Amino acid sequence: MYARYTWRTLTREATLILLALLFLVPLVGLLNVSLKSQDSQTSALAFDFPPTLDNYAQAWNQASLGAALANSFAITGISVVLIIAFSAMAAYPLARVTRGWSRYTFSFVIGGLLIPGQLALLPLYATMRDLGLLGSLWSVILINVGQQMPFSVFLYTMFLRELPLDYEEAALLDGCGPLRSFVTVVFPLLRPVTGTVVILNTVGIWNEFFTPLLYLGGSDNTTAPVAIYGFVSQYVSQWPLIFAGLVISVIPILVVYFALQKHIIKGFAGGLKG
Amino acid sequence: MALPHATTTPPVAREAAVAGRTRRKVGVRAPWWFVVPAIAVYLFIVVVPSVNGALFSFTDWNGLRPGWSLVGLDNYAAVFADRTARDALVNTLLLAAAATVVQNVVGLLLALGVNSMVKSRYLLRVIFFAPVVLTPLVAGYVWSFLLSPNGAVNDALRAVGLGTLAHDWLGDPDTALYAIVAEIVWQFAGYSMVIYLAGLQAIPSEVLEAATIDGAGAWSKFRRVVLPLLNGAVVINVMLCLIGGLKQFDQVMAMTGGGPGTATETISTTIYKSAFSLGDFPFSIALAVVMTVVIAVLAGIQFRLTQRKSS
Repeated sequence: MYARYTWRTLTREATLILLALLFLVPLVGLLNVSLKSQDSQTSALAFDFPPTLDNYAQAWNQASLGAALANSFAITGISVVLIIAFSAMAAYPLARVTRGWSRYTFSFVIGGLLIPGQLALLPLYATMRDLGLLGSLWSVILINVGQQMPFSVFLYTMFLRELPLDYEEAALLDGCGPLRSFVTVVFPLLRPVTGTVVILNTVGIWNEFFTPLLYLGGSDNTTAPVAIYGFVSQYVSQWPLIFAGLVISVIPILVVYFALQKHIIKGFAGGLKG
Repeated sequence: MALPHATTTPPVAREAAVAGRTRRKVGVRAPWWFVVPAIAVYLFIVVVPSVNGALFSFTDWNGLRPGWSLVGLDNYAAVFADRTARDALVNTLLLAAAATVVQNVVGLLLALGVNSMVKSRYLLRVIFFAPVVLTPLVAGYVWSFLLSPNGAVNDALRAVGLGTLAHDWLGDPDTALYAIVAEIVWQFAGYSMVIYLAGLQAIPSEVLEAATIDGAGAWSKFRRVVLPLLNGAVVINVMLCLIGGLKQFDQVMAMTGGGPGTATETISTTIYKSAFSLGDFPFSIALAVVMTVVIAVLAGIQFRLTQRKSS
Protein backbone atom coordinates (compact mmCIF):
# COMPACT_ATOMS: atom_id res chain seq x y z
CA MET A 1 0.00 0.00 0.00
CA TYR A 2 2.88 2.37 0.73
CA ALA A 3 5.61 2.56 -1.80
CA ARG A 4 8.17 4.37 0.34
CA TYR A 5 9.18 4.30 3.98
CA THR A 6 7.61 7.53 5.25
CA TRP A 7 7.21 9.02 8.72
CA ARG A 8 3.80 7.40 8.77
CA THR A 9 5.34 4.01 8.25
CA LEU A 10 7.76 4.77 11.06
CA THR A 11 4.92 5.61 13.48
CA ARG A 12 3.16 2.46 12.43
CA GLU A 13 6.29 0.39 12.94
CA ALA A 14 6.89 1.87 16.41
CA THR A 15 3.29 1.18 17.46
CA LEU A 16 3.46 -2.39 16.22
CA ILE A 17 6.76 -3.09 17.97
CA LEU A 18 5.34 -1.72 21.22
CA LEU A 19 2.32 -3.97 20.79
CA ALA A 20 4.54 -6.96 20.04
CA LEU A 21 6.47 -6.35 23.25
CA LEU A 22 3.17 -6.26 25.12
CA PHE A 23 2.21 -9.55 23.45
CA LEU A 24 5.45 -11.10 24.66
CA VAL A 25 4.91 -10.10 28.32
CA PRO A 26 3.06 -13.29 29.33
CA LEU A 27 5.70 -15.47 27.65
CA VAL A 28 8.56 -13.56 29.26
CA GLY A 29 6.77 -13.72 32.61
CA LEU A 30 6.34 -17.48 32.23
CA LEU A 31 10.04 -18.02 31.60
CA ASN A 32 11.20 -15.47 34.16
CA VAL A 33 9.14 -16.76 37.07
CA SER A 34 10.26 -20.33 36.37
CA LEU A 35 13.85 -19.20 36.96
CA LYS A 36 13.19 -17.60 40.36
CA SER A 37 13.87 -19.20 43.69
CA GLN A 38 10.72 -20.50 45.35
CA ASP A 39 10.66 -17.93 48.15
CA SER A 40 11.10 -15.02 45.76
CA GLN A 41 8.64 -12.18 46.38
CA THR A 42 9.55 -10.06 43.37
CA SER A 43 7.16 -9.23 40.55
CA ALA A 44 6.70 -11.46 37.50
CA LEU A 45 8.67 -9.11 35.30
CA ALA A 46 11.51 -8.31 37.72
CA PHE A 47 14.62 -10.38 37.07
CA ASP A 48 16.13 -12.17 40.07
CA PHE A 49 19.81 -12.83 40.14
CA PRO A 50 21.14 -15.47 40.01
CA PRO A 51 18.49 -17.45 38.11
CA THR A 52 18.01 -21.04 39.27
CA LEU A 53 17.17 -24.25 37.44
CA ASP A 54 16.11 -26.04 40.65
CA ASN A 55 12.42 -25.67 39.82
CA TYR A 56 12.93 -27.53 36.59
CA ALA A 57 14.53 -30.54 38.23
CA GLN A 58 11.84 -30.62 40.90
CA ALA A 59 8.92 -30.13 38.48
CA TRP A 60 10.30 -32.79 36.16
CA ASN A 61 10.36 -35.33 38.99
CA GLN A 62 7.21 -34.40 40.86
CA ALA A 63 4.90 -33.95 37.88
CA SER A 64 6.16 -37.15 36.16
CA LEU A 65 6.53 -35.03 33.06
CA GLY A 66 8.80 -37.49 31.26
CA ALA A 67 6.12 -40.14 30.95
CA ALA A 68 3.45 -37.55 30.18
CA LEU A 69 5.52 -36.01 27.37
CA ALA A 70 6.19 -39.48 25.93
CA ASN A 71 2.43 -40.13 25.90
CA SER A 72 1.78 -36.76 24.27
CA PHE A 73 4.32 -37.61 21.57
CA ALA A 74 2.78 -41.06 21.00
CA ILE A 75 -0.79 -39.78 20.89
CA THR A 76 0.04 -36.87 18.60
CA GLY A 77 2.22 -38.95 16.28
CA ILE A 78 -0.11 -41.91 15.86
CA SER A 79 -3.22 -39.73 15.58
CA VAL A 80 -1.69 -37.52 12.89
CA VAL A 81 -0.44 -40.47 10.83
CA LEU A 82 -3.87 -42.14 10.94
CA ILE A 83 -5.66 -38.88 10.13
CA ILE A 84 -3.46 -38.36 7.07
CA ALA A 85 -3.82 -41.94 5.83
CA PHE A 86 -7.60 -42.13 6.29
CA SER A 87 -8.55 -38.65 5.13
CA ALA A 88 -6.24 -38.59 2.08
CA MET A 89 -7.59 -41.98 0.99
CA ALA A 90 -11.19 -40.93 1.56
CA ALA A 91 -10.71 -37.68 -0.32
CA TYR A 92 -9.54 -39.52 -3.45
CA PRO A 93 -12.91 -41.00 -4.50
CA LEU A 94 -14.76 -38.05 -2.96
CA ALA A 95 -12.93 -35.67 -5.29
CA ARG A 96 -12.70 -37.88 -8.37
CA VAL A 97 -16.01 -39.73 -8.52
CA THR A 98 -18.70 -37.36 -9.67
CA ARG A 99 -21.67 -39.64 -9.05
CA GLY A 100 -24.31 -39.10 -6.39
CA TRP A 101 -23.02 -41.26 -3.56
CA SER A 102 -19.74 -39.40 -3.50
CA ARG A 103 -21.42 -36.00 -3.13
CA TYR A 104 -23.73 -37.23 -0.38
CA THR A 105 -20.86 -38.85 1.48
CA PHE A 106 -18.84 -35.64 1.27
CA SER A 107 -21.73 -33.55 2.69
CA PHE A 108 -22.27 -36.18 5.38
CA VAL A 109 -18.66 -35.94 6.53
CA ILE A 110 -18.46 -32.15 6.32
CA GLY A 111 -21.63 -31.89 8.41
CA GLY A 112 -19.50 -33.12 11.29
CA LEU A 113 -17.81 -29.71 11.41
CA LEU A 114 -20.90 -28.24 13.04
CA ILE A 115 -21.47 -30.93 15.67
CA PRO A 116 -19.87 -30.03 19.01
CA GLY A 117 -18.00 -32.92 20.63
CA GLN A 118 -20.03 -32.42 23.81
CA LEU A 119 -23.09 -33.98 22.18
CA ALA A 120 -21.29 -37.28 21.65
CA LEU A 121 -19.47 -37.05 24.97
CA LEU A 122 -21.46 -39.30 27.29
CA PRO A 123 -22.47 -42.10 24.89
CA LEU A 124 -18.88 -42.22 23.66
CA TYR A 125 -17.58 -42.29 27.22
CA ALA A 126 -19.91 -45.20 28.04
CA THR A 127 -18.79 -47.06 24.90
CA MET A 128 -15.10 -46.59 25.68
CA ARG A 129 -15.72 -47.75 29.22
CA ASP A 130 -17.55 -50.85 28.01
CA LEU A 131 -14.71 -51.61 25.61
CA GLY A 132 -12.24 -51.31 28.50
CA LEU A 133 -10.41 -48.42 26.82
CA LEU A 134 -10.57 -45.92 29.70
CA GLY A 135 -7.03 -45.03 30.68
CA SER A 136 -5.69 -46.34 27.37
CA LEU A 137 -3.99 -44.06 24.87
CA TRP A 138 -6.04 -45.71 22.12
CA SER A 139 -9.26 -44.13 23.35
CA VAL A 140 -7.77 -40.66 22.92
CA ILE A 141 -6.16 -41.56 19.58
CA LEU A 142 -9.44 -42.91 18.18
CA ILE A 143 -11.33 -39.83 19.36
CA ASN A 144 -8.76 -37.47 17.85
CA VAL A 145 -8.90 -39.28 14.53
CA GLY A 146 -12.71 -39.29 14.42
CA GLN A 147 -13.11 -35.68 15.48
CA GLN A 148 -10.47 -34.34 13.10
CA MET A 149 -11.74 -36.37 10.16
CA PRO A 150 -14.30 -33.87 8.78
CA PHE A 151 -11.87 -30.99 8.54
CA SER A 152 -8.98 -33.04 7.15
CA VAL A 153 -11.18 -34.77 4.56
CA PHE A 154 -12.50 -31.33 3.59
CA LEU A 155 -8.99 -29.93 3.06
CA TYR A 156 -7.81 -32.93 1.03
CA THR A 157 -10.93 -33.06 -1.11
CA MET A 158 -10.86 -29.36 -1.97
CA PHE A 159 -7.18 -29.63 -2.88
CA LEU A 160 -7.66 -32.76 -5.00
CA ARG A 161 -10.49 -31.19 -6.98
CA GLU A 162 -8.05 -28.54 -8.20
CA LEU A 163 -5.36 -31.09 -9.08
CA PRO A 164 -5.15 -31.99 -12.78
CA LEU A 165 -5.76 -35.60 -13.81
CA ASP A 166 -2.75 -35.90 -16.13
CA TYR A 167 -0.47 -37.75 -13.73
CA GLU A 168 -3.10 -40.29 -12.77
CA GLU A 169 -3.93 -40.85 -16.43
CA ALA A 170 -0.27 -41.48 -17.14
CA ALA A 171 -0.09 -43.92 -14.23
CA LEU A 172 -3.20 -45.64 -15.55
CA LEU A 173 -1.65 -46.03 -19.01
CA ASP A 174 1.46 -47.45 -17.38
CA GLY A 175 -0.74 -50.13 -15.85
CA CYS A 176 -0.91 -48.92 -12.25
CA GLY A 177 -3.77 -50.27 -10.16
CA PRO A 178 -5.83 -47.77 -8.15
CA LEU A 179 -4.04 -48.41 -4.86
CA ARG A 180 -0.60 -48.22 -6.46
CA SER A 181 -1.40 -45.11 -8.42
CA PHE A 182 -2.74 -43.49 -5.24
CA VAL A 183 0.34 -44.34 -3.18
CA THR A 184 3.01 -43.62 -5.78
CA VAL A 185 1.42 -40.82 -7.81
CA VAL A 186 -1.47 -39.05 -6.09
CA PHE A 187 -0.32 -38.96 -2.47
CA PRO A 188 3.06 -37.35 -3.26
CA LEU A 189 1.22 -34.66 -5.22
CA LEU A 190 -0.82 -33.87 -2.10
CA ARG A 191 2.29 -32.73 -0.21
CA PRO A 192 1.30 -29.09 0.30
CA VAL A 193 -2.06 -29.96 1.82
CA THR A 194 -0.54 -32.82 3.82
CA GLY A 195 1.75 -30.21 5.40
CA THR A 196 -1.25 -28.11 6.39
CA VAL A 197 -3.08 -31.14 7.81
CA VAL A 198 0.00 -32.15 9.82
CA ILE A 199 0.46 -28.66 11.26
CA LEU A 200 -3.16 -27.98 12.19
CA ASN A 201 -3.62 -31.40 13.78
CA THR A 202 -0.29 -31.50 15.58
CA VAL A 203 -0.90 -28.17 17.31
CA GLY A 204 -4.50 -29.06 18.10
CA ILE A 205 -3.85 -32.57 19.41
CA TRP A 206 -0.71 -31.70 21.40
CA ASN A 207 -2.59 -28.91 23.19
CA GLU A 208 -5.85 -30.82 23.65
CA PHE A 209 -6.93 -30.95 27.28
CA PHE A 210 -10.56 -32.04 27.53
CA THR A 211 -10.41 -35.50 25.92
CA PRO A 212 -7.25 -36.72 27.68
CA LEU A 213 -8.51 -35.28 30.98
CA LEU A 214 -11.64 -37.36 30.65
CA TYR A 215 -10.18 -40.58 29.32
CA LEU A 216 -6.72 -40.58 30.89
CA GLY A 217 -7.20 -38.45 34.02
CA GLY A 218 -6.44 -40.43 37.16
CA SER A 219 -4.66 -43.18 35.20
CA ASP A 220 -0.90 -43.60 34.88
CA ASN A 221 -1.13 -42.66 31.20
CA THR A 222 -1.55 -38.90 31.17
CA THR A 223 -0.56 -36.33 28.59
CA ALA A 224 1.43 -33.17 29.24
CA PRO A 225 -1.60 -30.84 29.74
CA VAL A 226 -3.36 -33.32 32.04
CA ALA A 227 -0.19 -33.84 34.10
CA ILE A 228 0.14 -30.06 34.39
CA TYR A 229 -3.49 -29.74 35.50
CA GLY A 230 -2.93 -32.22 38.32
CA PHE A 231 0.42 -30.69 39.20
CA VAL A 232 -0.99 -27.17 39.50
CA SER A 233 -3.84 -28.18 41.79
CA GLN A 234 -1.31 -30.01 43.97
CA TYR A 235 1.18 -27.16 44.29
CA VAL A 236 -1.22 -24.20 44.35
CA SER A 237 0.54 -20.84 44.44
CA GLN A 238 4.08 -22.26 44.36
CA TRP A 239 4.38 -20.32 41.14
CA PRO A 240 8.10 -20.76 40.33
CA LEU A 241 7.71 -24.53 40.57
CA ILE A 242 4.44 -24.54 38.61
CA PHE A 243 5.87 -22.31 35.91
CA ALA A 244 8.90 -24.56 35.44
CA GLY A 245 6.46 -27.42 34.81
CA LEU A 246 4.50 -25.25 32.38
CA VAL A 247 7.66 -24.34 30.46
CA ILE A 248 8.73 -27.99 30.18
CA SER A 249 5.28 -28.96 28.89
CA VAL A 250 5.25 -26.33 26.13
CA ILE A 251 8.89 -26.55 25.00
CA PRO A 252 8.22 -29.21 22.32
CA ILE A 253 5.38 -27.32 20.62
CA LEU A 254 7.18 -23.95 20.84
CA VAL A 255 10.40 -25.43 19.43
CA VAL A 256 8.41 -26.83 16.51
CA TYR A 257 6.76 -23.45 16.04
CA PHE A 258 9.91 -21.35 16.00
CA ALA A 259 11.68 -23.85 13.73
CA LEU A 260 8.83 -24.02 11.20
CA GLN A 261 7.08 -20.68 11.84
CA LYS A 262 6.94 -19.68 8.19
CA HIS A 263 5.19 -22.89 7.12
CA ILE A 264 2.98 -22.96 10.20
CA ILE A 265 1.65 -19.45 9.66
CA LYS A 266 1.07 -20.23 5.97
CA GLY A 267 -0.52 -23.57 6.82
CA PHE A 268 -3.01 -22.03 9.20
CA ALA A 269 -3.96 -19.31 6.73
CA GLY A 270 -4.09 -21.62 3.70
CA GLY A 271 -5.92 -24.40 5.49
CA LEU A 272 -8.66 -22.16 6.72
CA LYS A 273 -9.10 -20.18 3.55
CA GLY A 274 -10.16 -23.48 1.93
CA MET B 1 -23.77 -40.39 -20.23
CA ALA B 2 -23.66 -42.33 -23.49
CA LEU B 3 -22.51 -40.71 -26.69
CA PRO B 4 -25.43 -40.76 -29.15
CA HIS B 5 -24.87 -39.62 -32.75
CA ALA B 6 -21.14 -39.85 -32.29
CA THR B 7 -20.60 -39.73 -36.01
CA THR B 8 -22.41 -36.41 -36.41
CA THR B 9 -20.77 -34.70 -33.42
CA PRO B 10 -18.55 -31.81 -34.50
CA PRO B 11 -14.84 -32.47 -33.86
CA VAL B 12 -14.48 -29.98 -31.00
CA ALA B 13 -17.48 -31.35 -29.13
CA ARG B 14 -16.27 -34.87 -29.74
CA GLU B 15 -12.90 -34.04 -28.28
CA ALA B 16 -14.57 -32.60 -25.19
CA ALA B 17 -16.74 -35.68 -24.91
CA VAL B 18 -13.72 -37.97 -25.15
CA ALA B 19 -11.94 -35.93 -22.48
CA GLY B 20 -15.07 -36.22 -20.37
CA ARG B 21 -15.12 -39.95 -20.87
CA THR B 22 -11.47 -40.35 -19.89
CA ARG B 23 -12.11 -38.21 -16.85
CA ARG B 24 -14.97 -40.42 -15.78
CA LYS B 25 -12.94 -43.52 -16.44
CA VAL B 26 -10.15 -42.27 -14.21
CA GLY B 27 -12.76 -41.28 -11.64
CA VAL B 28 -13.99 -44.86 -11.55
CA ARG B 29 -10.41 -45.91 -10.83
CA ALA B 30 -10.65 -44.13 -7.45
CA PRO B 31 -12.43 -47.02 -5.70
CA TRP B 32 -15.31 -46.36 -3.36
CA TRP B 33 -13.81 -48.49 -0.58
CA PHE B 34 -11.09 -45.87 -0.05
CA VAL B 35 -13.60 -43.96 2.09
CA VAL B 36 -14.32 -46.93 4.35
CA PRO B 37 -11.67 -46.40 7.10
CA ALA B 38 -12.48 -42.68 7.42
CA ILE B 39 -16.22 -43.23 7.47
CA ALA B 40 -15.93 -46.09 9.97
CA VAL B 41 -14.02 -43.98 12.51
CA TYR B 42 -16.25 -40.96 11.85
CA LEU B 43 -19.41 -43.03 12.41
CA PHE B 44 -18.01 -44.65 15.55
CA ILE B 45 -16.63 -41.49 17.16
CA VAL B 46 -18.93 -38.71 15.93
CA VAL B 47 -22.16 -39.78 14.28
CA VAL B 48 -23.45 -42.70 16.34
CA PRO B 49 -22.64 -41.20 19.77
CA SER B 50 -24.07 -37.80 18.72
CA VAL B 51 -27.33 -39.36 17.57
CA ASN B 52 -27.42 -41.42 20.77
CA GLY B 53 -26.75 -38.29 22.80
CA ALA B 54 -29.71 -36.54 21.20
CA LEU B 55 -31.98 -39.56 21.77
CA PHE B 56 -30.82 -40.23 25.33
CA SER B 57 -31.61 -36.62 26.28
CA PHE B 58 -35.29 -37.70 26.34
CA THR B 59 -34.58 -40.59 28.70
CA ASP B 60 -33.31 -41.13 32.24
CA TRP B 61 -30.24 -43.04 30.97
CA ASN B 62 -27.50 -42.50 33.52
CA GLY B 63 -24.64 -44.30 31.82
CA LEU B 64 -24.01 -46.73 34.68
CA ARG B 65 -27.06 -48.96 34.64
CA PRO B 66 -27.87 -50.55 31.30
CA GLY B 67 -31.62 -49.77 31.21
CA TRP B 68 -33.44 -46.51 30.57
CA SER B 69 -36.98 -45.23 30.13
CA LEU B 70 -38.47 -42.28 28.31
CA VAL B 71 -39.00 -39.14 30.37
CA GLY B 72 -39.97 -36.73 27.59
CA LEU B 73 -38.79 -33.17 28.17
CA ASP B 74 -38.06 -33.59 31.88
CA ASN B 75 -34.30 -33.21 31.44
CA TYR B 76 -34.76 -30.00 29.48
CA ALA B 77 -37.13 -28.67 32.14
CA ALA B 78 -34.42 -29.44 34.71
CA VAL B 79 -31.79 -27.62 32.66
CA PHE B 80 -33.84 -24.46 32.26
CA ALA B 81 -34.93 -24.52 35.90
CA ASP B 82 -31.31 -24.74 37.03
CA ARG B 83 -29.66 -21.50 38.01
CA THR B 84 -26.10 -22.65 37.17
CA ALA B 85 -27.12 -23.87 33.73
CA ARG B 86 -28.94 -20.60 32.96
CA ASP B 87 -25.94 -18.59 34.15
CA ALA B 88 -23.66 -20.79 32.08
CA LEU B 89 -25.78 -20.22 28.99
CA VAL B 90 -25.72 -16.43 29.44
CA ASN B 91 -21.99 -16.42 30.27
CA THR B 92 -21.17 -18.52 27.23
CA LEU B 93 -23.11 -16.24 24.88
CA LEU B 94 -21.52 -13.12 26.41
CA LEU B 95 -18.04 -14.62 26.27
CA ALA B 96 -18.43 -15.83 22.69
CA ALA B 97 -19.86 -12.49 21.51
CA ALA B 98 -17.24 -10.37 23.27
CA ALA B 99 -14.34 -12.57 22.18
CA THR B 100 -15.59 -12.67 18.57
CA VAL B 101 -15.92 -8.88 18.28
CA VAL B 102 -12.68 -7.94 20.03
CA GLN B 103 -10.58 -10.71 18.51
CA ASN B 104 -11.68 -9.81 14.99
CA VAL B 105 -11.06 -6.09 15.43
CA VAL B 106 -7.62 -6.71 16.95
CA GLY B 107 -6.82 -9.40 14.38
CA LEU B 108 -7.78 -7.16 11.48
CA LEU B 109 -5.75 -4.23 12.82
CA LEU B 110 -2.73 -6.48 13.33
CA ALA B 111 -3.13 -7.85 9.81
CA LEU B 112 -3.30 -4.34 8.33
CA GLY B 113 -0.20 -3.44 10.35
CA VAL B 114 1.94 -6.40 9.36
CA ASN B 115 0.77 -6.22 5.75
CA SER B 116 2.26 -2.73 5.35
CA MET B 117 5.80 -1.79 4.49
CA VAL B 118 7.12 -1.85 8.07
CA LYS B 119 10.58 -3.41 8.09
CA SER B 120 9.96 -5.80 10.98
CA ARG B 121 6.78 -7.25 9.48
CA TYR B 122 7.99 -10.85 9.24
CA LEU B 123 9.25 -10.89 12.83
CA LEU B 124 6.03 -9.20 14.02
CA ARG B 125 3.92 -11.91 12.38
CA VAL B 126 5.91 -14.60 14.20
CA ILE B 127 5.45 -12.85 17.56
CA PHE B 128 1.74 -12.09 17.20
CA PHE B 129 1.08 -15.67 16.13
CA ALA B 130 3.18 -17.37 18.83
CA PRO B 131 0.40 -17.51 21.48
CA VAL B 132 -1.79 -19.49 19.04
CA VAL B 133 0.42 -22.56 19.34
CA LEU B 134 0.78 -22.29 23.12
CA THR B 135 -1.26 -24.87 25.07
CA PRO B 136 -4.49 -23.03 26.04
CA LEU B 137 -4.43 -24.54 29.52
CA VAL B 138 -0.88 -23.26 30.09
CA ALA B 139 -1.74 -19.82 28.71
CA GLY B 140 -4.68 -19.74 31.12
CA TYR B 141 -2.40 -20.43 34.09
CA VAL B 142 0.07 -17.74 33.06
CA TRP B 143 -2.73 -15.20 32.78
CA SER B 144 -4.28 -16.14 36.10
CA PHE B 145 -0.89 -15.36 37.63
CA LEU B 146 -0.57 -12.03 35.80
CA LEU B 147 -4.13 -11.05 36.81
CA SER B 148 -3.78 -12.06 40.47
CA PRO B 149 -4.03 -9.29 43.12
CA ASN B 150 -0.25 -8.85 43.23
CA GLY B 151 0.29 -9.82 39.60
CA ALA B 152 1.96 -7.92 36.81
CA VAL B 153 -1.24 -6.30 35.54
CA ASN B 154 -1.95 -4.63 38.87
CA ASP B 155 1.75 -3.74 39.31
CA ALA B 156 1.66 -2.02 35.94
CA LEU B 157 -1.52 -0.10 36.83
CA ARG B 158 0.04 1.09 40.09
CA ALA B 159 3.23 2.06 38.31
CA VAL B 160 1.41 4.41 35.94
CA GLY B 161 -0.71 5.94 38.70
CA LEU B 162 -3.89 4.01 37.99
CA GLY B 163 -3.60 2.08 41.27
CA THR B 164 -7.29 2.66 42.02
CA LEU B 165 -8.19 0.36 39.13
CA ALA B 166 -6.05 -2.45 40.50
CA HIS B 167 -8.04 -5.33 41.93
CA ASP B 168 -8.56 -9.06 41.95
CA TRP B 169 -9.67 -9.41 38.34
CA LEU B 170 -10.50 -13.10 38.50
CA GLY B 171 -11.95 -12.97 42.01
CA ASP B 172 -14.49 -10.26 41.15
CA PRO B 173 -17.68 -11.66 39.54
CA ASP B 174 -18.05 -8.44 37.51
CA THR B 175 -14.66 -8.67 35.82
CA ALA B 176 -13.77 -12.37 35.81
CA LEU B 177 -15.55 -13.22 32.55
CA TYR B 178 -13.99 -10.27 30.72
CA ALA B 179 -10.56 -11.14 32.10
CA ILE B 180 -10.99 -14.52 30.42
CA VAL B 181 -12.09 -12.79 27.21
CA ALA B 182 -8.88 -10.71 27.36
CA GLU B 183 -6.82 -13.89 27.64
CA ILE B 184 -8.65 -15.49 24.71
CA VAL B 185 -8.11 -12.40 22.56
CA TRP B 186 -4.40 -12.36 23.45
CA GLN B 187 -4.08 -16.03 22.59
CA PHE B 188 -6.03 -16.13 19.33
CA ALA B 189 -5.79 -12.65 17.80
CA GLY B 190 -2.83 -13.99 15.82
CA TYR B 191 -5.09 -16.66 14.35
CA SER B 192 -7.52 -14.04 13.04
CA MET B 193 -4.58 -11.94 11.89
CA VAL B 194 -3.20 -14.72 9.72
CA ILE B 195 -6.55 -15.34 8.01
CA TYR B 196 -7.07 -11.60 7.40
CA LEU B 197 -3.51 -11.35 6.14
CA ALA B 198 -4.17 -14.09 3.60
CA GLY B 199 -7.30 -12.18 2.55
CA LEU B 200 -5.42 -8.89 2.24
CA GLN B 201 -2.68 -10.46 0.14
CA ALA B 202 -5.27 -11.81 -2.27
CA ILE B 203 -6.43 -8.26 -3.08
CA PRO B 204 -4.84 -7.24 -6.40
CA SER B 205 -2.70 -4.13 -6.02
CA GLU B 206 -4.23 -2.68 -9.22
CA VAL B 207 -7.57 -2.32 -7.43
CA LEU B 208 -5.96 -0.27 -4.66
CA GLU B 209 -3.96 1.80 -7.13
CA ALA B 210 -7.13 2.53 -9.09
CA ALA B 211 -8.84 3.70 -5.90
CA THR B 212 -5.87 5.94 -5.09
CA ILE B 213 -5.96 7.45 -8.57
CA ASP B 214 -9.67 8.12 -8.11
CA GLY B 215 -8.68 10.16 -5.07
CA ALA B 216 -9.81 7.81 -2.29
CA GLY B 217 -8.26 8.48 1.12
CA ALA B 218 -6.93 5.74 3.36
CA TRP B 219 -10.21 5.35 5.26
CA SER B 220 -12.53 5.30 2.28
CA LYS B 221 -10.16 2.93 0.50
CA PHE B 222 -10.44 0.62 3.49
CA ARG B 223 -14.23 0.99 3.82
CA ARG B 224 -15.14 0.72 0.15
CA VAL B 225 -12.42 -1.45 -1.37
CA VAL B 226 -10.56 -3.53 1.22
CA LEU B 227 -13.37 -4.48 3.58
CA PRO B 228 -15.81 -5.78 0.92
CA LEU B 229 -13.01 -7.88 -0.59
CA LEU B 230 -12.27 -9.33 2.85
CA ASN B 231 -15.80 -10.67 3.21
CA GLY B 232 -14.68 -14.30 2.92
CA ALA B 233 -12.05 -13.89 5.63
CA VAL B 234 -14.59 -12.17 7.90
CA VAL B 235 -17.05 -15.06 7.48
CA ILE B 236 -14.42 -17.69 8.33
CA ASN B 237 -13.04 -15.71 11.26
CA VAL B 238 -16.42 -14.94 12.81
CA MET B 239 -17.52 -18.55 12.44
CA LEU B 240 -14.33 -19.90 14.02
CA CYS B 241 -14.37 -17.40 16.92
CA LEU B 242 -18.04 -17.96 17.61
CA ILE B 243 -17.87 -21.76 17.63
CA GLY B 244 -14.61 -21.71 19.61
CA GLY B 245 -16.09 -19.30 22.15
CA LEU B 246 -19.28 -21.33 22.53
CA LYS B 247 -17.21 -24.42 23.33
CA GLN B 248 -14.83 -22.65 25.74
CA PHE B 249 -13.48 -24.98 28.43
CA ASP B 250 -9.70 -24.99 28.87
CA GLN B 251 -9.03 -21.40 29.84
CA VAL B 252 -11.96 -21.28 32.25
CA MET B 253 -10.73 -24.41 34.01
CA ALA B 254 -7.24 -22.92 34.30
CA MET B 255 -8.21 -19.37 35.29
CA THR B 256 -11.29 -19.60 37.50
CA GLY B 257 -12.67 -23.14 37.47
CA GLY B 258 -16.06 -21.51 36.78
CA GLY B 259 -16.07 -19.17 39.76
CA PRO B 260 -16.37 -16.94 41.63
CA GLY B 261 -19.81 -18.43 42.25
CA THR B 262 -21.06 -19.19 38.76
CA ALA B 263 -19.67 -15.98 37.24
CA THR B 264 -17.52 -17.75 34.62
CA GLU B 265 -19.25 -21.10 34.36
CA THR B 266 -19.67 -21.99 30.67
CA ILE B 267 -21.85 -24.62 29.01
CA SER B 268 -18.83 -26.89 28.57
CA THR B 269 -17.67 -26.64 32.18
CA THR B 270 -21.24 -27.25 33.38
CA ILE B 271 -21.64 -30.31 31.15
CA TYR B 272 -18.34 -31.67 32.44
CA LYS B 273 -19.10 -31.03 36.11
CA SER B 274 -22.69 -32.23 36.09
CA ALA B 275 -21.69 -35.49 34.41
CA PHE B 276 -18.37 -36.31 36.03
CA SER B 277 -18.53 -34.63 39.44
CA LEU B 278 -22.25 -34.92 40.16
CA GLY B 279 -22.97 -38.03 38.09
CA ASP B 280 -26.10 -36.41 36.63
CA PHE B 281 -25.90 -37.81 33.08
CA PRO B 282 -29.46 -36.90 31.99
CA PHE B 283 -28.98 -33.25 32.95
CA SER B 284 -25.57 -33.08 31.28
CA ILE B 285 -26.73 -34.67 28.06
CA ALA B 286 -29.75 -32.36 27.75
CA LEU B 287 -27.46 -29.38 28.24
CA ALA B 288 -25.21 -30.72 25.46
CA VAL B 289 -28.21 -30.81 23.12
CA VAL B 290 -29.09 -27.22 24.08
CA MET B 291 -25.49 -26.25 23.26
CA THR B 292 -25.68 -27.96 19.87
CA VAL B 293 -28.90 -26.13 19.06
CA VAL B 294 -27.38 -22.77 20.08
CA ILE B 295 -24.35 -23.38 17.85
CA ALA B 296 -26.50 -24.51 14.93
CA VAL B 297 -28.85 -21.51 15.23
CA LEU B 298 -26.04 -18.96 15.50
CA ALA B 299 -24.12 -20.58 12.64
CA GLY B 300 -27.31 -20.54 10.57
CA ILE B 301 -27.98 -16.86 11.31
CA GLN B 302 -24.43 -15.93 10.43
CA PHE B 303 -24.60 -17.95 7.22
CA ARG B 304 -27.86 -16.21 6.19
CA LEU B 305 -26.49 -12.75 6.94
CA THR B 306 -23.28 -13.25 5.00
CA GLN B 307 -25.10 -14.91 2.07
CA ARG B 308 -27.35 -11.88 1.72
CA LYS B 309 -24.39 -9.56 1.97
CA SER B 310 -22.43 -11.25 -0.79
CA SER B 311 -25.36 -11.61 -3.20
